[in-house]
Amino acid sequence: MSNVLVIVESDGSGPKAAALPGITAGQQLAAATGGQLHLLVLGASPDAAAQALASGGYGASAVHAIAGAELEPFTAEAWTDAVVAAVRELGVTAFGGTASSTLREVVPRAAAVLDAPIVTEITGVTGADAFTREISAGRAIATLKVSHAPFGFTARASDFAPAEPGSPATTVSALSAGSVSRRGATVVGVEKTQSARPALTEADVVVSGGRGMREGANFKVLEELTDLLGGALGASRAATDAGMVPADLQVGQTGKVVAPNLYFAVAISGAIQHLAGMKGSKTIVAINKDPEAPIFQVADYGLVAKWEDAVPQLVELVRAHKGG
Amino acid sequence: MKILVTVKRIPDPDESLKFAGNAIDTSSSKWVANAFDEYAVETALRMAEHIGNKDRLAEVIVCSVCPKDKRQHVTQFLAMGADRGVIVDADETAMDSQTVAKLVAEVFRREGCDLLVSGKLSQDSEGNEVAQRAAGLLDLPQASFAATLRWDRGANALTVGREVDDGVETKTIPLPAVVSVDLRIVLPHSVKNGATADDHKYSDGARLASLRGITMAKRKKVDVHTPAALGVTPSSHVAVAGVTAPEKRAAGQIVDSAQTLVNKLITEAKVL
Ligand SMILES: Cc1cc2nc3c(=O)[nH]c(=O)nc-3n(C[C@H](O)[C@H](O)[C@H](O)COP(=O)(O)OP(=O)(O)OC[C@H]3O[C@@H](n4cnc5c(N)ncnc54)[C@H](O)[C@@H]3O)c2cc1C
Ligand SMILES: Nc1ncnc2c1ncn2[C@@H]1O[C@H](COP(=O)(O)O)[C@@H](O)[C@H]1O
Repeated sequence: MSNVLVIVESDGSGPKAAALPGITAGQQLAAATGGQLHLLVLGASPDAAAQALASGGYGASAVHAIAGAELEPFTAEAWTDAVVAAVRELGVTAFGGTASSTLREVVPRAAAVLDAPIVTEITGVTGADAFTREISAGRAIATLKVSHAPFGFTARASDFAPAEPGSPATTVSALSAGSVSRRGATVVGVEKTQSARPALTEADVVVSGGRGMREGANFKVLEELTDLLGGALGASRAATDAGMVPADLQVGQTGKVVAPNLYFAVAISGAIQHLAGMKGSKTIVAINKDPEAPIFQVADYGLVAKWEDAVPQLVELVRAHKGG
Repeated sequence: MKILVTVKRIPDPDESLKFAGNAIDTSSSKWVANAFDEYAVETALRMAEHIGNKDRLAEVIVCSVCPKDKRQHVTQFLAMGADRGVIVDADETAMDSQTVAKLVAEVFRREGCDLLVSGKLSQDSEGNEVAQRAAGLLDLPQASFAATLRWDRGANALTVGREVDDGVETKTIPLPAVVSVDLRIVLPHSVKNGATADDHKYSDGARLASLRGITMAKRKKVDVHTPAALGVTPSSHVAVAGVTAPEKRAAGQIVDSAQTLVNKLITEAKVL
């Protein structure tokens, strides 16, 4: 048996959009191992989400649900108990999902308990036990082979298309996790960044600003451009550290990795840690007043200008284009 | 209170990578401390020091799995202010993260520590797993990706602001526990230890070693263990089959105006 288990984060009624690339990685891995794909949903009442997954099919042979009050809100401690129980009960070869902040906490912890290796942030599945991933801020691509079952994986969302429903529907089975505990941890709350815009990692267009924007209020003009294009707002570390915009907008090695159709880097110098998060974008536009800025080396189109001049002009030109 | 901080050496990320055959050639690399571990040590020191008072609220022990003669990074952290060091003498580049985590967990147990502080990520291998693994092996609560931390000494607990995908999660964990730190933990107001004034403004980033610190570092104790003495057999279940340079992007063009840019995005790139 060489089945693959994908942990699917749900929004209560179905899979979160962010979970879908992880399912795709699971499908590819199951195809490579010749095994089945199993999906796992966790929560206080995961049934609705599990049903939605089962009727969508997603190429899975089975959907499993583990219910437990301790599983909501999410904690790595309680989720690990449930994931470890599921991996053991189902005897799967591989377990994982999208490299979200949730699974980046759970998969390593569960792997430790299972004495298992993991491959994190995979960008491709090249065999039943082989994966590609980026290292050293995207300056190298490693091919890794695992030699142990089970093993864990997390998949980089920008490298796997979201899985789509439509394959034959399947059924839901309830699994028991045995004892599940938060180990005394409590989640006081989550302060969510409110935004009507698409998620950074799912947007077709990303407009990012850097230190050269100087202050948060100046992002307004970038937001105008973003909204005209139906995109998401991003930022460099310098801009997030300075509190110009919320930290979850950071693009880069330690922020979000994005690969939109169109990426604007405005007043961003182009440090390797930033490039690691956006160099997979299809078209890159850089606007910087310094003609020597390294960002111009990866940009398809570079405009040497101050954002104060260039961005308002862009907004007007794009508005005219969209309107006409 | 004993705080164990894991610290790793990495090839200098500012040097360009050298590829040799199917691997990265680090034979002539300068080895430096992983940036996230500088932040981890800074976090522990901010917890330990009662600013404006001589009391130390905690002992800070830095722990590295590395060849014992490659301990420059450990010395650097002792100079920065850590109290002592523990080295597990082994070639960490030949073991997987589970082995590193087992060694760290065993040091934590033997030292009877109350808190493990790790960096969130190795800048070179980018596993993002050792801290979470150690928490699992020790069966302790964890708070990964910490951007803020408040130590409630009365309750013997930490309240951590964790950077998650869609915002900031606030999580309270009882000690003993494991924390991994993100970039913003070294901003001026990120760490509060309940003794130093809450509005104390630390300088931005990890502190540099002082001259006195560098002299003192030589006298600080560093224990060296072997993996065998810790009861761990190093192994690796993840092998690097090859490493290649990413494809270079084709050269782009500099445009002369916003108007030209928009025209090209419409007609050439066809993205507008
Ligand atoms: C461990 C580690 C992890 C990191 N992770 C990340 C990460 O995930 N993401 C990230 O982004 N960084 C990351 N960094 C930081 C990175 O190294 C850079 O410091 C950062 O990206 C710089 O941000 P910036 O380009 O906005 O600022 P700067 O490098 O200061 O560049 C500002 C740019 O703005 C231009 N400018 C100034 N004024 C104007 C104007 N009026 N009009 C037009 N242009 C103007 C300047 O010419 C300059 O090029 C990390 C660093 C470390 C050590
Ligand atoms: N060889 C090592 N010795 C000590 N600590 C390590 C070692 N490798 C990793 N770590 C710690 O684990 C953190 C996360 O690393 P990683 O899981 O490799 O991305 C690092 O920031 C270090 O604090």
